[in-house]
Amino acid sequence: MTDRPGGSPIIDIRGLSLAYERGGTRNIILANLDLSIARGEFLVIVGESGVGKSTLLRVLIGLAKPSSGKVRLDTRPGCRTPMALVFQDARLLPWRRVVDNVAFGLEGSGLSRAARRAKAAEMLVLVGLADLAGRWPHQLSGGQRQRVAIARALAVEPDVLLMDEPFSALDSFTREGLQDELQRIQAQTGKTVLFVTHDIDEAVTLADRVVVLAGSPGRIAAEVRLDLPRPRQRRAAALTEAARHLRAELSRRSAEL
Amino acid sequence: MKYLRSTLLAATGLIAFLAFWEAMPRLGLINPAFLPPPSTLPTAFLREVSLGIWPEAVMSSLSHYVAGLVVGAGAGIGLGLLSGMFQPFEAFTAWIVRLLRPIPGLAWVPFAIIWFGVQPSAAVFIIAIGVFWIVFFATQGAVRQVDRDLIEVAQAFGFRSPVSRLVKILLPAATPGILVGLRTALGQAWMAVVAAEIFGVAGVGQRMMQASSLLSTDIVVVYMLTMAALYGLFDTAFVALQGWLLRWRA
Repeated sequence: MTDRPGGSPIIDIRGLSLAYERGGTRNIILANLDLSIARGEFLVIVGESGVGKSTLLRVLIGLAKPSSGKVRLDTRPGCRTPMALVFQDARLLPWRRVVDNVAFGLEGSGLSRAARRAKAAEMLVLVGLADLAGRWPHQLSGGQRQRVAIARALAVEPDVLLMDEPFSALDSFTREGLQDELQRIQAQTGKTVLFVTHDIDEAVTLADRVVVLAGSPGRIAAEVRLDLPRPRQRRAAALTEAARHLRAELSRRSAEL
Repeated sequence: MKYLRSTLLAATGLIAFLAFWEAMPRLGLINPAFLPPPSTLPTAFLREVSLGIWPEAVMSSLSHYVAGLVVGAGAGIGLGLLSGMFQPFEAFTAWIVRLLRPIPGLAWVPFAIIWFGVQPSAAVFIIAIGVFWIVFFATQGAVRQVDRDLIEVAQAFGFRSPVSRLVKILLPAATPGILVGLRTALGQAWMAVVAAEIFGVAGVGQRMMQASSLLSTDIVVVYMLTMAALYGLFDTAFVALQGWLLRWRA
């Protein structure tokens, strides 16, 4: 599915299905999904709620078990955390100061406490929150909390950053600010990003490639590649055109299904 | 201003209470041997202190109190965590808990004496039983109410063993609930101290029984107030500790 230069895909999903039984009825969330992600790619999956976008991320991070199918990872061998997830709500640990929240994932890494804190401080600089290292989570705004969550995920040096509608609970100002910030961070770190959203404008602003999931169970309904220079001009003609195309595809597919 | 006003009212209330208490025996409405007026208490207190009885009784009661708290709370937190974390363990113990929980701590006095004799360890045992149930249920409930979302965070970062789940998420997240239980236990344990000592283990409770059999009611009141003061001290210190431990809360 990807024909980008850069060799084999970093994540290759083949025939992935996930279903569960509840109260005698079988709910199929994902059916026979194929998807691959190239190294360094910013892939955005867009779709309505209930199409299994979040479930896909939960399978990748190990919070949900697929019923069948294969996920092949081409990440660094021996890495404890090849992927890290940023949740929709920041899910910071309220009893830890900001810096210790960021250092959380490093605790199994064998680094000393001082080294973990140094790494966390470095990540806080990256997300622009160096001054708030000593704060408690309840003292932060929603946008700041989500930045801390991003720093926490980046601190473990994952090959792939998974993001589950990370900006959907924020006001539009904060959201746009964080979208710009995320593009800068991705350019700076070269991370592969798999980003899930229901916001088409957000998708076209961020993505190298947008995949539309639609239907129940979710299937890939459309795909658009956006080879546009970064940082992107919000509402530039090419983005607006891509968004229009995706909306049309989405409503056509919804009508079909 | 509002604070000052309520402080003033509280002080006035206490003074009125003491005045009423002083007046009752002095006006001959109550036999002073049955209710000693508060003005006689400082003398009684100083006498007990100078004889060395007060410090000795207080020290031995405090040692029972602290030991009973540590044993009861330790067991309560440990078993509460196990039962909150592991459903099979909770199911296994469910009926045992139902059987033993309603038995009041004082009903264990006969066995305490048979097993430990009239010794400090018997008092510690009685106190620990009362503390245990309070802390056990507080801990179990607090662990069960921990936000599943936070447990997922630990899993997503690769912390999947029960031990890391306990240390990284469950214990810190359950701390507020456990502390509420401990504070209740702090008061409950004081009641158990007197009860446990009344059957003869040296301490404040035993001294009160001695004094009352001699109709030295002033001495009885001195120890009653001593207990109130000590409890107030412990509770204040605990609230300060609690505030520090939970400084992360809004």
